[in-house]
Amino acid sequence: MTVRPVSVIGIGETQFGELWDRSFRELGIEAGLRAISDAKIVAEQVDALYVGNMSAGKFIDQEHVSTLVADYAGLADQHLPTVRVEGGGACGAIAIQQAAMSIVSGVHDIVVVGGAEKMTDVGDLEAMQILSSTTDQEWESVFGATFAGLYAMMARRHMFEHGTTREQLAAVAVKNHKHGALNPNAQFQKEITMDMVLQAPKVAEPLGLFDCAPLSDGAAALVLCAKEKARKFTDTPIDLIGTGQASDFIAVHDRRDLTTIDATVIAGKRAFHAAKRTPADVRLAEVHDNFTISEIMAIEDLRFFPKGKGGYATEDGETALNAKVTINPSGGLKARGQPVGATGVAQAVEIVRQLRTEAGKRQVSGAEIGLTHTLGGTGGTAVVHIFARGD
Amino acid sequence: MAIPRFWREIPSRYNLLGSKCGNCGALDFPPRSVCPRCGRRSVGKMQKFRLTGKGKVVTYTVIHDAPKDFDMMKPYVLGIVELDEGVRLTSQIIDVEPGEVKIGMPVEVAFRKLGEEGDAGVIHYGYKFRPVT
Repeated sequence: MTVRPVSVIGIGETQFGELWDRSFRELGIEAGLRAISDAKIVAEQVDALYVGNMSAGKFIDQEHVSTLVADYAGLADQHLPTVRVEGGGACGAIAIQQAAMSIVSGVHDIVVVGGAEKMTDVGDLEAMQILSSTTDQEWESVFGATFAGLYAMMARRHMFEHGTTREQLAAVAVKNHKHGALNPNAQFQKEITMDMVLQAPKVAEPLGLFDCAPLSDGAAALVLCAKEKARKFTDTPIDLIGTGQASDFIAVHDRRDLTTIDATVIAGKRAFHAAKRTPADVRLAEVHDNFTISEIMAIEDLRFFPKGKGGYATEDGETALNAKVTINPSGGLKARGQPVGATGVAQAVEIVRQLRTEAGKRQVSGAEIGLTHTLGGTGGTAVVHIFARGD
Repeated sequence: MAIPRFWREIPSRYNLLGSKCGNCGALDFPPRSVCPRCGRRSVGKMQKFRLTGKGKVVTYTVIHDAPKDFDMMKPYVLGIVELDEGVRLTSQIIDVEPGEVKIGMPVEVAFRKLGEEGDAGVIHYGYKFRPVT
């Protein structure tokens, strides 16, 4: 990001949840228009639209969603270039990076990035099968592997190698629900107890129902702008100071270490290098907690805590609001909700809100930089973005 | 899964046919046309290699929330197995009570029904692993 720095000048988000009365296009437009209005720009100033969406083709039989959203946002006559980005759960985060690169390159000045998913128009079983389609269909799913099952096998190995406990996994869910209770847009604004997590129906042992992020509808959007023009639109631009993306073997069984997401390690290194910062500089992060074990691996792989200590740190409260490093102040995927395509963008919306000190009851005090971490599939893709308050 | 899609992978799903890199000698399962270690130096040098089907459990889970096609089997044990040749794969672990599976447990390949194409379609067969008796 050294060529031409990029700032966030607008953010927008819908309610997340089981929104039976809202369609995919309504959600996408609401988030996008909120971001445009927050940026105090008019639609004619937008140069392009990038949309992160995992699987509208399967969830609502609708492909070509970037043009659909632009059209229903009233932009058809503007003939914007629109791009839909797919990359499993990381699609929204990749869309941010691609949109930023279009500004870095000088092609565009102002770009809207949206992320959206409508998951509840199909039944729960079908939705879970669609989520599983980001795994290796030929060599994992066909043998009975589920999305939760693959993460459960990483959890089991993490417990075996590092002594992580069932209670430490549960502590992630308890903490994220506590944060979600402070977020008016979260799907679950309700605290839960350790007992509720431990007693919940089993999904894939050792993971139970409360170890898994829910199925959700929702959308989020950002307006990105070339930094040199950002001050024209806002007094509080938030800069994207580093991004990193990395891939790995798609199947869990092929990976070097079952307790480490190498894609996260590498994406993190790339982002920290670009941002000229270190993990020790970060006190605020939104990480991909699609399962409780995912958050534990993420905070280790991003080097906030040593390998094997993520569960202990969580149990000791070091990742709670305003503790050593605040992880998932929004409630994370677990409590805010998991409309897959929206995830990476919603994480960025939360970090921008925090850095602008507009996060209300869940405000992290004194944070100068914030990080987002997003996974695709079971960790075959990882994306890390680092944001800082504009100077 | 559509019939041709399953059918074209039968050699590996029935007989654990993997590949051996003609450049570095490393094994892969399922077979690859490019060695992840050697890259272009391996192109055109990948040979078929049949694995013995003996190994041990590296990690496992008990699946309670199963996809439609596996509903009748739940709860079932799913594991990652490391074969004696060093290659890993994902498979169901059968002929064992879920509570008795352990990391490190020796297992061997078995030929089993994996699923079927709807109520009246073709049956898919392939590997599962069971404890060595």
